[in-house]
Amino acid sequence: MTEREAISDIIDAHRHLEGSLLPILHAVQDRFGYLPPNSNRLIADALRVSEADVHGVISFYHYFRQRPPGKHAVSVCRAEACQAQGCRQLEAHIKTRLGIDFHDVTDDGQFSLEPVYCLGNCATGPTVRVNNTIYGRMSAEKVDRLFERLAVDTVRLLS
Amino acid sequence: MSTRLFIPRDTTALSLGADEVADLFLAQASDSCDVVRNGTRGMLWLEPLVEVDYEGERIAYGPVDVTDVAPLLAQGVLDRPVTESPLYQGPTEQIPFLARQQRLTFARCGVTDPLSIDDYRHHGGFTGLSKALTLDPQEIVDCVTQSGLRGRGGAAFPAGIKWQTVLTASGDRKYIVCNADEGDSGTFADRIIMEGDPFVVIEGMAIAGLAVGAEHGYIYLREEYPNAKLILDEAIALAESAGLLGDSLLGSGKTFHCEVRLAAGAYICGEETSLLESLEGKRGLVRAKPPLPAIEGLFGQPTVVNNVLTLASIPWILDSGAAGYAALGYERSKGTLAFQLAGNIKQGGLVECAFGLSLKELIEDFGNSSFSGRPLKAAQVGGPLGAYLPYSQWHLPMDYEAFAQVDAMIGHGGIVVFDDSADMGEQARFAMEFCKEESCGKCTPCRIGATRGVEVIDRIRNNQDVSNNLTLLGDLCDTMRDGSLCAMGGLTPVPVRSIMKHFGHELVSAGKESSL
Ligand SMILES: Cc1cc2nc3c(=O)[nH]c(=O)nc-3n(C[C@H](O)[C@H](O)[C@H](O)COP(=O)(O)O)c2cc1C
Ligand code: SF4
Ligand code: FES
Repeated sequence: MTEREAISDIIDAHRHLEGSLLPILHAVQDRFGYLPPNSNRLIADALRVSEADVHGVISFYHYFRQRPPGKHAVSVCRAEACQAQGCRQLEAHIKTRLGIDFHDVTDDGQFSLEPVYCLGNCATGPTVRVNNTIYGRMSAEKVDRLFERLAVDTVRLLS
Repeated sequence: MSTRLFIPRDTTALSLGADEVADLFLAQASDSCDVVRNGTRGMLWLEPLVEVDYEGERIAYGPVDVTDVAPLLAQGVLDRPVTESPLYQGPTEQIPFLARQQRLTFARCGVTDPLSIDDYRHHGGFTGLSKALTLDPQEIVDCVTQSGLRGRGGAAFPAGIKWQTVLTASGDRKYIVCNADEGDSGTFADRIIMEGDPFVVIEGMAIAGLAVGAEHGYIYLREEYPNAKLILDEAIALAESAGLLGDSLLGSGKTFHCEVRLAAGAYICGEETSLLESLEGKRGLVRAKPPLPAIEGLFGQPTVVNNVLTLASIPWILDSGAAGYAALGYERSKGTLAFQLAGNIKQGGLVECAFGLSLKELIEDFGNSSFSGRPLKAAQVGGPLGAYLPYSQWHLPMDYEAFAQVDAMIGHGGIVVFDDSADMGEQARFAMEFCKEESCGKCTPCRIGATRGVEVIDRIRNNQDVSNNLTLLGDLCDTMRDGSLCAMGGLTPVPVRSIMKHFGHELVSAGKESSL
């Protein structure tokens, strides 16, 4: 199936919903990891709105992304309860360790990094999320071990 | 015979390795144990908390790491309480943190299998809905009004009055919207109930539907809760087959359906009108009020927007009666609240208690002070728009009005604790930074004010023209408070002001001293 067909299928599966734009964007992003350049026009045509409208919605929400994330999409909590547990230092460590800033992807495509404001894990912070897994009571050492493990797992999968 | 173990599939438990622990028990003792994946009991510092059922009595061990499983099994944990283990916590319900609580809304949470309809039924589920089905809509609304229940999402607006407005309003169709955006840092009670007892939220929504004449509901769930999404989706499917949802609720012929809609990482979408815009598939720009959502809400129709916990409190109220609920609490803060202890706290977790206990009791007696072992300095109560309270204010009773009197708020009940290494100037800066990041952009005092706020605080912290800049910061706070369309811009000054007032020396001297 081409990318275009896949997107059209997703649109068809959701367009009957009330307020279908967000569910469609979610489904497309779930499928591709991001919203491919083609999707705006296809969605706009199907919902009979302008491409600018679709773009306006995408740009409003932090979660929607228009570039592929890393294989391991890392978000680090920056909110108050995690601050009280040292997340500012952890954030700095992660940026150094990965060699990227927020909203970037590592050159090898392995990791991307995003800020997040609370993951609902505030009694056992600092908290980090990788794809759909949440990690509590993180520290620089634990993050290092986690990233090493994730990188190794990928190498294993590829070989 | 197999022994029953309970190992939570709550996000916090998972974040500390509960899946690995459960897998290991099953791998090493699959013939002799069954594992129930329950919700959390709310004693989050003990997660992963493993409970073992010895002939009906549940004994707790925690926090259990993967490396603890083999030793526990070797000690015979499946056969007898291993009292000599350092992880042994005794009978779960007798752990003081839990024993001292008044669990109404969270009565089943951690006790049952969240996805077992049978468990739900055997532990008092369905009774609120059954009762509601015997009443007419006005009687349901009256019951909620008389209970004194106020919205748990932050603004503490009386739930019954909102429902009355929607009941009275006319529209082609009406909606129930469950606000599960839970964006405030330091709050996780919505998440815990959605993961630990999702049916109670669904039952509350169905009752709301009966009360106001709505047949369709949405749970607007934040994207940051992928585990809650899985559990809710499954729970809704199960509820449909059990008559808790569907075309004929418990065979009554009355209809109510609901579905989960995922948010997309915008804090402002927790504000009810922004949320409605988002549900309609638009940018989450805040709407001017009036019209109230109760009159013109989702797609212009009368809509109840209630927080998860407001709705989850409803079945108990219907079942046990308004008077029982109203008898609990303090002054005009009726019933119980799920307080959440977070941040630098030794015993973090969920405490459901009647209003009226003090912040000090929560932090010191329940929370057992700091995680770091250092002295505590401040508690931010009510999320990122809430005040920082110094120790001198910790005697305050947890009561909406008592907090309002000192320019603080209880909000959604989150309590974030900071030890003496916290740099309060940095916290003031963050309040503005957060508003800058998360403002919907509709009005100037908020959008531009927050950006200016960050700059002014930076100048103060760099010792530039401190006294003029402090005056400027005060003026800016007034402008934001008075000129913003919604509480995002309107309340961002609250944490900043509280720091200026109680920790002013840290704001100005940050440039001279090195912060820890
Ligand atoms: C900036 C902002 C964020 C909010 N976030 C939430 C939220 O995450 N969850 C919530 O239930 N209410 C939130 N609220 C409050 C809602 O606007 C609304 O009052 C609430 O959903 C009503 O339900 P309740 O009466 O049951 O509390 C927020 C309000 C503001 C101003
Ligand atoms: S105060 Fe801020 S968030 Fe609220 S409407 Fe104005 S710009 Fe939007
Ligand atoms: S503040 Fe980090 S998880 Fe809530």
